[in-house]
Amino acid sequence: MSFEVKRKKEVVTEPKIQFSWKEAKRQKSLLIWSGIILIYGIIFYYLPLGGWLMAFQNYRPIDGLFRSRFVGLEKFQQLFSDATFLRVIRNTLAMGVLNLVVTFIAAIVFAILLNEVRNAVGKKTVQTISYLPHFLSWIIVTGIIHDALSGTGIVNDLLMNLNIIDQPINFFAHKEYFWPIVAFANVWKETGWNAIIYLAAITSIDPSLYEAAAIDGAGRWAKIKHVTLPGIRPTIMILLLMNVGNVLNAGFEIQYLLGNGLVQSVSQTIDIYVLNWGISQGDFSLGTAAGIFKSVVSIVLIVIANQIAKRNGDERLF
Amino acid sequence: MGTKNKIKTAPADRALTVCNTIFMILFVLVTMYPILNTLALAFNDGTDALRGGIYLWPRKWTLKNFITVLQKNNLITGAYITVARTLVGTATALIANAILAFIVSRKRFLFKKQLSLFWVITMYVNGGMIPTFLLYKGLGLTNSFWVYVIPGMVSAFNMLVIRTYMNGLPDSLEESAQLDGAGYFTIFTKIISPLCKPVYATVALFVAVGQWNSWFDAMLYNRMNSGLTTLQYELMKLLSSVTNQGSSAESMKNAAGSVTPETIRAAASILTMLPIICIYPFLQRYFVTGLTLGGVKE
Repeated sequence: MSFEVKRKKEVVTEPKIQFSWKEAKRQKSLLIWSGIILIYGIIFYYLPLGGWLMAFQNYRPIDGLFRSRFVGLEKFQQLFSDATFLRVIRNTLAMGVLNLVVTFIAAIVFAILLNEVRNAVGKKTVQTISYLPHFLSWIIVTGIIHDALSGTGIVNDLLMNLNIIDQPINFFAHKEYFWPIVAFANVWKETGWNAIIYLAAITSIDPSLYEAAAIDGAGRWAKIKHVTLPGIRPTIMILLLMNVGNVLNAGFEIQYLLGNGLVQSVSQTIDIYVLNWGISQGDFSLGTAAGIFKSVVSIVLIVIANQIAKRNGDERLF
Repeated sequence: MGTKNKIKTAPADRALTVCNTIFMILFVLVTMYPILNTLALAFNDGTDALRGGIYLWPRKWTLKNFITVLQKNNLITGAYITVARTLVGTATALIANAILAFIVSRKRFLFKKQLSLFWVITMYVNGGMIPTFLLYKGLGLTNSFWVYVIPGMVSAFNMLVIRTYMNGLPDSLEESAQLDGAGYFTIFTKIISPLCKPVYATVALFVAVGQWNSWFDAMLYNRMNSGLTTLQYELMKLLSSVTNQGSSAESMKNAAGSVTPETIRAAASILTMLPIICIYPFLQRYFVTGLTLGGVKE
């Protein structure tokens, strides 16, 4: 979820260090340590990329990576002729986009409204409470969601008492509820946390802008619309950019934990597919191919989003 | 603000205050209710809880759920391993990320750009689940405690958070220490690190929470070894026993014990979140700075 922010205004004034053996000797300890960590990085982050070869092979553990037979794009053809995989792509994209949109809006709205709370103690209290769900694991959160939506849970009780329904709904047995449940769970868990960055951005807005707006007769609504929102626009844009690349990453834990046989056709995501085929069924090649597809689409999405941002003169990642 | 303006805008502003207060109260309710409900369930008799209608307060008090949880050997093992991985994992990750951040934040370091790029790339490209799984297997990390510690030790995000902070420190610190004959090791341990305590706390918090909450690595790599299970993974098994079997059938079997998977899970959840709930309010300023450092810096 991180990135390097590059700003157009920023002028890099770093001294250009030329390589020389004298300088290298002086930095010996830095070079040794960076070398050790580099080897670690190569093993744990770059070596797995070599495993991508498996997707183009009929990988058999007995033969290993070097002696397995190459089959070209056969595994990818198999992947895209599998109706399950196509459905899995749809699920991943749909939930990823839905989550992105609702968590984004929720965090921005929450940050702006929290900023409008004038009572300092109240503001602090609400904010502290708002972080709490972020620190809970998905295991606990799905347990909580399960309790709330169960036949005797608060949601069914409320709906029954309001006479909206007369029979408790089994939320986990109906396909149409699964995506909204996942989206809501994400909003519940991350709104307070995601709002931190927006609140920080709001704090850094020049107070004289609010004063100027007040002189022009702006009320609080007008200030939100004409000062606060434009003020956090760069922050919104860069976070949007970062998260676009994560759209396909947004689905594993909760879908795995909340999904069940009845809603399988809408709950399974690419990661779950990889887990099922790769680890459980032992078809490493097919699992890797699905993983590659995910990585490539993610990178393409980031690059496209970055280009659009560049064209519009907004913040960008690289 | 002139009197005229006040009269014109006051009602809208007051409406905002009222709506906002209502919104914030609703927000707090929605956030806190499920957690308080779990607490009430944890203290409630299992069979009685099946009737429903338990909201914020237990109907039939009992400590049996907690006693059952504390007697479950797998949960105790999971707790030990979770504490161990949190302590060891946080310490090693902090040291490794700090050293790397120190190196790439040295102005004169020869491969500053290349090394930064090497790590930034890892944030966008990764081998995926299967190659990673096979690699850990090949390295002998499966069925081992170290799979919890070593793979996540250096992470580009945490490193960048520390680096940004270190970049903000004045260069003269390093220069004057070097004039006094201090080597890089001394500069790192005696001069830079003491100043970095706030950002170290931030990263330690991020790593510790991640370690405490992770379960997937236990399931994927150490499933066969019950001595290496973690608290969250055990909790997950409890959860799936609730979801799959349905709690009513289960409770019939141990009606005498009057605990159900549902209430046991509630008790275990409360015990698992307790350390986090106790600690996080006091660390707020650290994660707020950390997030703004790693994220958007205005």
